Amino acid sequence: MKSPSRNGKIVEVDDLKMYFPVTRGLLRHKVADVKAVDGVSFHIKRGETLGLVGESGSGKTTVGRCIMRLYQPTSGHIIFEGQDISQLSEHQMRPLRSRMSLIFQDPYGSLDPRQSAGSIVGEPLKVFHLANSRQEYRERVEELFRIVGLDPSMMDRVPHEFSGGQRQRIGVARALASNASLLICDEPISALDVSIQAQIINLLEELQERLKRLTYLFIAHDLSVVRHISDRIAVMYLGRIVEVTDRKTLYENPLHPYTKSLLSAVPVADPFLEEKRKRIILKGEIPSPLTPPSGCNFHPRCPMAISKCKKEVPPLRDTGGGHEVSCIRV
Amino acid sequence: MQRTDMTETPLHASEFRRIMKVLFSRGVVVFGIVVILALFVTAIFAPWIAPYDPYKLDLNQTLVQPCKEHLLGTDALGRDTLSRIIFGTRTSLMVGVVAVCIAASVGMTMGLIAGYFGRWVHAIIMRFIDALMAFPVILLALVIAVLLGGGLRNVMIALGIGLLPAYARLMCGQVLSVKENDYFLAGRAMGAGNLRIMFRHVVPNCFPPLIVLITMMMGLTILAEAGLSFLGIGIEPPGAAWGAMVNDGYQYLLTHPILSFAPGFAIMLVVFSFNMVGDGLRDALDPRLRGVL
Amino acid sequence: MPVLLEVKNLKTYFKVYHGLVKAVDDISYHIKKKEIVGLVGESGCGKSVSQLSVLQLIPTPPGEIVAGQIIFEGQDLLQFEANGDEMRSIRGGGIAMVFQEPMTSLNPVLTIGRQLTEGLELHLGMDVNEARNRAIELLSMVGIPDADKRIDDYPHQFSGGMRQRVMIAMALSCNPKIIIADEPTTALDVTTQAQLLELMTDLVSRFNASLVIVTHNLGVIARYAQRLYVMYAGRIVESGTAKEIFGNPRHPYTIALLNCVPRLDEEEGRKLVPIEGMPPNLLNMPITCAFKPRCPYHIERCGQDPWPDLKLIEGQHYVRCYVET
Repeated sequence: MKSPSRNGKIVEVDDLKMYFPVTRGLLRHKVADVKAVDGVSFHIKRGETLGLVGESGSGKTTVGRCIMRLYQPTSGHIIFEGQDISQLSEHQMRPLRSRMSLIFQDPYGSLDPRQSAGSIVGEPLKVFHLANSRQEYRERVEELFRIVGLDPSMMDRVPHEFSGGQRQRIGVARALASNASLLICDEPISALDVSIQAQIINLLEELQERLKRLTYLFIAHDLSVVRHISDRIAVMYLGRIVEVTDRKTLYENPLHPYTKSLLSAVPVADPFLEEKRKRIILKGEIPSPLTPPSGCNFHPRCPMAISKCKKEVPPLRDTGGGHEVSCIRV
Repeated sequence: MQRTDMTETPLHASEFRRIMKVLFSRGVVVFGIVVILALFVTAIFAPWIAPYDPYKLDLNQTLVQPCKEHLLGTDALGRDTLSRIIFGTRTSLMVGVVAVCIAASVGMTMGLIAGYFGRWVHAIIMRFIDALMAFPVILLALVIAVLLGGGLRNVMIALGIGLLPAYARLMCGQVLSVKENDYFLAGRAMGAGNLRIMFRHVVPNCFPPLIVLITMMMGLTILAEAGLSFLGIGIEPPGAAWGAMVNDGYQYLLTHPILSFAPGFAIMLVVFSFNMVGDGLRDALDPRLRGVL
Repeated sequence: MPVLLEVKNLKTYFKVYHGLVKAVDDISYHIKKKEIVGLVGESGCGKSVSQLSVLQLIPTPPGEIVAGQIIFEGQDLLQFEANGDEMRSIRGGGIAMVFQEPMTSLNPVLTIGRQLTEGLELHLGMDVNEARNRAIELLSMVGIPDADKRIDDYPHQFSGGMRQRVMIAMALSCNPKIIIADEPTTALDVTTQAQLLELMTDLVSRFNASLVIVTHNLGVIARYAQRLYVMYAGRIVESGTAKEIFGNPRHPYTIALLNCVPRLDEEEGRKLVPIEGMPPNLLNMPITCAFKPRCPYHIERCGQDPWPDLKLIEGQHYVRCYVET
């Protein structure tokens, strides 16, 4: 439906909806929908890092998995490298899978405990027939180990014998193996020790510098990490994007009341600054995506809400310079 | 320190050697292996080991208590108990191994397919398994044996089908839980085919509890075969099988307990040995215990 | 303000198959009345064990408090039997604890009300009605809407944040003098985290209690704590007021910790400086400084002499390091 590869955008998501049916009874009839993603549109430029930030239940992981086509979206379009992949069959998807990879949160659950580290990293090479000989395969795996800062002599060990940080490096090496151009990092550091997190962040940054045109969709709940690594940031709340902007503007001039409260909720390791910061403490909790509020779904918790907010779904509109926000009050 | 042991442990030159080392590091496991090997040897060389012909009747020597000539005495028809136990090893082991193989291979395949593909495939296969499960194993085996006719071969098939639901259920549950892991998703995300994901990632991670089930079922099968023989379906007299011997000896339990106890002890020994070996195997094959054991 | 709790030279060791784990190795600290104190460190540095030791909740064996004094209101808690009456009354009424896992800290088969009133009846000798009324009061105090109805709900009917509120209500129920919050918000979302910390700090000041926040998050400490202790490998490596430490961090570990986490207000293009190597394995530790293998400043002496003593920098600021950073 769209012309291929415009404006160097590697991914374009247009009005993506992902509803998970809730079924009951023997015949599995549908009783309701969990609206995990409810009309999300954004794009990622080639070579940039887009941060997708939101709390649990905001649908950020689902967006990532829809792009990977691990889910069949309910509606909307996902254009990857100029091709609409939202309705492709698993068979049609397969060749495209070498160009996008996923990095997981849990460095323990994402590696098969019965495979050696080498065969985990080398698996995409086998799946996509990227090595012509045993020799080439081995060399390539060794190279991947070195790229992510692991000693190739550890290839024959199983994941259990590695530390959390090293396992996450194995996960990164696997994601790079098929020469993917898009890496979807789903909370890649939140399960790691504080002192190890920086190693993985730096690794991801170095890789992007070295392998030009590597694009990240960095999904996380920690705003300070997302701000550190991303060029642009999209903030999600209850299945919708409420604000998209570059990282500088996000911190200096956030517009959406949810973004503001999210920013103020993150403490900064500086007691002098903390004394002066204004704290916006949100009321209540994130509602269930099974029964989202009407209109702007943030209105029950919003300090700025007016009666109109209950009725209208605010569109994501550009306020200038690519700063998009979905709020009628700004 | 932790950091150094990461790099200094020598590479596992041979994974097989490590598994063997773990397996043989525990006394009971070694005992189990020795017993099982001994039983197989006994089964193969039964005619040479047995002191008497197990089928030969000697009506002058019925119900002899254990003595020098008959170490475990003789039964009501004057057959030497020890020789019958030795020959019974053949039947019992064969029934156990073959029936469990049938049950495990068919059951696990069904469970794998049901769990992996989910949805309606799961519904159809598991409803069938539920239907099978609704009948007691013995009853089910009995019906099948009646339909197919008696004899050792059909007993093994009948028991195989009767025991299959347990494997299918367990396998299906295992597959479902393995599917929850991110490495399953990782396989899908990299575009690996179903067969690859199934056999590289799912099956190996489903195995540990199944190994235990297989070894435990070995004993159960031998007992079930005994039940079937007792009901007149199964090993036809004068064939020697442990289960049948326990049942035959049962009439003389008060006067000649050895007639039931000796084959009963043999069954117990086999069940125990298989369980121990299963336990040991599960530990030895678990990569998470590498370095710990 | 008077000192409420003073821990002197506490050592808690675990005897395991492979040797001795010195989870807490000779730490001393104090908490004043109405003070909010932070205890910072990575997982496995002994910060939780040190707090469990105060309440004698260490699983024994393998754990054992081998030395030290824990002086609370003039009494040495270590003189009391771990499961004796004195210790039990301290755990309820003197020092209460809020744990990290709101999912597993509540008994799933009892109603919220039952779990709350149990302590009230036991420690404060209230009758059934009094206890119930107090429980409702506590629940509304921690921000649970419709507390009079929700008191009869079971834990699974509450969200994670709500359960943690219940845990706070339970901790407050017997008017403790100190509340120890062990990673109280780690499993929760940022906005919920902020809500709960705000609630906790507000409540302790209303109850005239002190709060100990055990966490790995330096931001939380900077925002709420007046004083903090930085722990590494079972030892306190730096202590002082928040402003002293954040304004002038002196221990290489504290400096490294501050440099390795992204900050919301950082300049664009800032590079994180990761801490090399891995967190130490507390098993059979050498007597020398455990941070030395990861320390960019280490000198020859660090690998030869035993851990240095805490040395005064200024005010309340102490640091345990041979190197002048």
